[in-house]
Amino acid sequence: MNNASTQRRVGLAILAWTITCLIFFPIFWMILTGFKTEAQAVASPTLFFTPTLESYVEVQGRADYFKFAWNSVYVSVGSTLLALLIGIPAAYSMAFLPTKRTKGTLLWMLSTKMLPPVGVLVPIYLIFRDLGLLDTRTGLTFVYTLMNLPIVVWMLYTFFKDLPKDILEASRMDGASTLQEVLLLLIPLTLPGIASTGLLSVILSWNEAFWSLNLTSSSAAPLTAYIASFSSPEGLFWAKLSAASTMAIAPILIFGWLTQKQMVRGLTFGAVK
Amino acid sequence: MATRASGRTVGGLRSLSLQAPAVTLLLIWMLVPLGMTLWFSFQRYNLLMPGMGGFAGLENYRYLLTDPALWSSMGTTLILVGSVLAISVIGGTLLAVLYQQDFFGRGVARVLAISPFFIMPTVSALVWKNMMMHPSNGVLAWFNGLFGLPAIDWFSSYPLLSIIIIVSWQWLPFALLILLTAMQSLDDDQVEAARMDGAGPVAIFFFITLPHLKRAISVVIMIQMIFLLTIFAEIFVTTSGGPGLATTNLAYLIYIRALLEFDVGGASAGGVIAIILANIVAIFLVRMVAKNLED
Repeated sequence: MNNASTQRRVGLAILAWTITCLIFFPIFWMILTGFKTEAQAVASPTLFFTPTLESYVEVQGRADYFKFAWNSVYVSVGSTLLALLIGIPAAYSMAFLPTKRTKGTLLWMLSTKMLPPVGVLVPIYLIFRDLGLLDTRTGLTFVYTLMNLPIVVWMLYTFFKDLPKDILEASRMDGASTLQEVLLLLIPLTLPGIASTGLLSVILSWNEAFWSLNLTSSSAAPLTAYIASFSSPEGLFWAKLSAASTMAIAPILIFGWLTQKQMVRGLTFGAVK
Repeated sequence: MATRASGRTVGGLRSLSLQAPAVTLLLIWMLVPLGMTLWFSFQRYNLLMPGMGGFAGLENYRYLLTDPALWSSMGTTLILVGSVLAISVIGGTLLAVLYQQDFFGRGVARVLAISPFFIMPTVSALVWKNMMMHPSNGVLAWFNGLFGLPAIDWFSSYPLLSIIIIVSWQWLPFALLILLTAMQSLDDDQVEAARMDGAGPVAIFFFITLPHLKRAISVVIMIQMIFLLTIFAEIFVTTSGGPGLATTNLAYLIYIRALLEFDVGGASAGGVIAIILANIVAIFLVRMVAKNLED
């Protein structure tokens, strides 16, 4: 009995780890290739080679990697801060001053998220062209703010609702203004929730590749668009592609690992807890 | 009575003013482009022919609906959405059951298995296209070589399948992530009781686990559908919709019409169709979320 169950457990572990390695393999291989030279990268696949940082150096030296990285940081952090600034008051009022319309408003916000971006590509492109916003960080930041606003409001709302109402009511009795209530009580008390909302918004903006490919060309191009430039058939620079990709995904991968639980809440609009 | 009523009005006003920025911005973000898309779809409007404007009536739609490219792209969209959904939902469910078992290093394995979902689409697509699927230097070609099999030129022989593999690789982890979370609330006592009654693992899966996951699975299906309907970056960096129209989905067709052929009217008509399709799915999703909001 015991022996059979040990066998079963070992078999299970082997199966699970084989599948895990298969799923993770492309990422592992990409990280590995980033430490090869271009010649090694296209040579017959091998796990054993002398690692070099050559590709990392070249990606920065020739292609100005940090310019694109800065664009990514700028638009994703900028849009997240803006979305939080607009979203916190809205979520606060929905959670603590609900009216008959609150639920309808929340659902309507959610439904704007379901508008396929390609359906409004033409007008947004033309508006951006006429306002001179094409290939600007401001323009992209603005699009990402609106793209993530429904998720931000929705997530903040669920976090705020978990807070005991008495706490805020007590402070209101003591004569605190709405602003004081939000700044001194609500934000400190729900900081972990606000942080994971912010992280989700950063992740979504960082990885967004429809608007970034269509609305930017060079000066405001974030990493998604920069990596796309490696698709040109004339040059297959696998080691450089891998080095640039590894740097581009590393922070987001770590954020994702840290916030997976709260992320489910945000991604499914609270339908799966 | 009177004070209560006025108190509520004040509360309502305050609530309104706090929500106003978010609501106004989203309203503009939704209505203006939507209205413009609808308007353009009835216009003769090509950026390359500035003098040719004017009301076109249903001409854009007639042209689009009789264009074989539209139907081929709709077919591609359907196949892409359907296959990726099937792979990621079935695979995700089975893997969620697997990763729910107790085994050595489970926490780390879970984290590694959901990782592809956090990778930006342009990176996933290019890593697969170059390092995995390349006909001479890719890992898959090398692997075939080990068994003396000929290498497959994935993107010329099976372009759509290649895209399906890449997109599934990104979205199966999403299904896994959501379903693993839903698994946590599965009642262990119930499973244990069923086991006592002599139910095997298959019976437990079909009669306890699957019903428990039903709602999470439908949420996964709907959310993925909305995103998969407009897959773009993966096609953009790998096949550019080709060869021919083999991997052109609706989103990519609209992109070609709008930004490569500058046919604003035609692209907008396509956009309206995409919006209608997404809305059919969205209605069900919103309903489900609304029901959840009640409890």
